[in-house]
Amino acid sequence: MSFDNAYEAITEQNDARWAFGTGFDSPLSGVDSELPEGVDRADLAAYSLMLADDALVVSHRLQQWCTHAPELEEEVALANIALDLLGQARMLYSRAGQAEGGDRAEDDYAYFRTESEFGNVRLAELAQPDFAFLVATLLVFTTWRLALLQRMTGSRDPVLAAIAAKGIKEVTYHRDYAAQWVVRLGDGTDYSRQRMRDALEAVWPYVDELFATHPVERRMAEAGVGADPASLRDECAAVFGTVLESATLEVPQVSPRAGVAGRAGRHGVHTESMGYLVAELQSVARAYPEATW
Amino acid sequence: MSGQAGERSDASGAQWPLYEVFVRSKRGLNHVHVGSLRAADERMALRHARDVYTRRNEGVSIWVVAAADITASSPDEKDPFFAPSGDKVYRHPTFYDIPDDVPHM
Repeated sequence: MSFDNAYEAITEQNDARWAFGTGFDSPLSGVDSELPEGVDRADLAAYSLMLADDALVVSHRLQQWCTHAPELEEEVALANIALDLLGQARMLYSRAGQAEGGDRAEDDYAYFRTESEFGNVRLAELAQPDFAFLVATLLVFTTWRLALLQRMTGSRDPVLAAIAAKGIKEVTYHRDYAAQWVVRLGDGTDYSRQRMRDALEAVWPYVDELFATHPVERRMAEAGVGADPASLRDECAAVFGTVLESATLEVPQVSPRAGVAGRAGRHGVHTESMGYLVAELQSVARAYPEATW
Repeated sequence: MSGQAGERSDASGAQWPLYEVFVRSKRGLNHVHVGSLRAADERMALRHARDVYTRRNEGVSIWVVAAADITASSPDEKDPFFAPSGDKVYRHPTFYDIPDDVPHM
C-alpha cells in the first residue's frame, strides 16, 4: 500500500497495448482535502474509520474465498468486489488520518489496531460457511451501504462525498451480483432453496444493528457530513422485500442479536469470529512491522 | 470451438456451458474475441465476462455467445477454403490512392 501513484505506470503512452486498458485516474484527483469548517475532527476521523472498517472487514471475508469459490468466474467476481471495497477502505482510512491530524496512515489503522478498536458492524465479520451465506451477507451489506453512500454524496466533507460518488457505482454492481445469486438459489432447486433460506435466517439477526445510530453517526448526520443509519431502514427493507420476493423467499422473522449492554460492532464489541479475522489480517504486518510493499 | 468444448452440461450440473467473449475497447471500432468462460446462462455469461475480461478498464461493450452456437470452418477445409485467394493480389484496393481523410481503411 505504499506506492504513490499506481496510475502513472499505465498511461496513454501505452496506447498500442489496448489490452492494458487506458483512462485510469485517481478517484480523488482534484478533490479539495481541506477539512470542512465547523466539523469536529475527532468525530470525522471516527466516522471515517467506521465506514472504512466495514469495507475492509467485508473485503477480507471475500478474499478468503479465493481458491474456495465454486467456479473460477465467481472467484474472480468475488475478488473484484473485495478489491473495490478495499479501495474504499483505503481512501476512508486516509481521510481518517487527515482528520485526526496525527501521523497515522491507512496501514496503521488496518494493521496495528486491536479488535476492539475496529468499529465495523458485526454483519461484516461473520464467518461465511457456505456460498449461500456469502451472498446473503453481501446482499444485506451492499443494500445498506449503497443507501448510505447515496446520502453521503451530499456530504459537507468533499472527500467523503467523492468517495461516496465513486463507491456508488461499485456497490451498485455488488448488490446486483448478490441479488442475482439470492434469486438463483432461492428460486432454484429444493436443495438450493433450503440452503438459501437457512443462510438468510442465520444472517438476519445481524440486520437490525445496521440501523442503530451510534453517537458519532448521529453527530455526523446532524453536521451534514454523514447519514443517520436509522433513516436507511425503510429503503433497505423495500429492497430486501423485492429481492426475496423474486427469490420466492420470505424475509426471516427472527429476533435481533443483541449487543453487550447495548453495545455492538460500532462500539468495538464484536463476535467471536472477529478475533480470528483480525489476527489473520494483521499477521504479516505484525510479524514484519518494518516491511514495505 | 469443437463440439466437445461447447457441450451443454446435463441436469446433474457437471459443468456449465462454454461461452465465447467479445469486447469492444474504448478505441476499438469492433468487438474483439478475448477468450471464453463458463456460465449457467447468457445473463450470467455477460456478468462473468465483465468480471473476468474487463478488470483492467479495457472495455465499453461486451458480447457473449454460446460456443455451441458458433459454426466454424474446419482445419481440414483450409486449402479449399483459403488457398484460392492466395494469388489474387488485385482484389486489394492497393492500386488506388486513398484520400487522407478517409478513415478506417
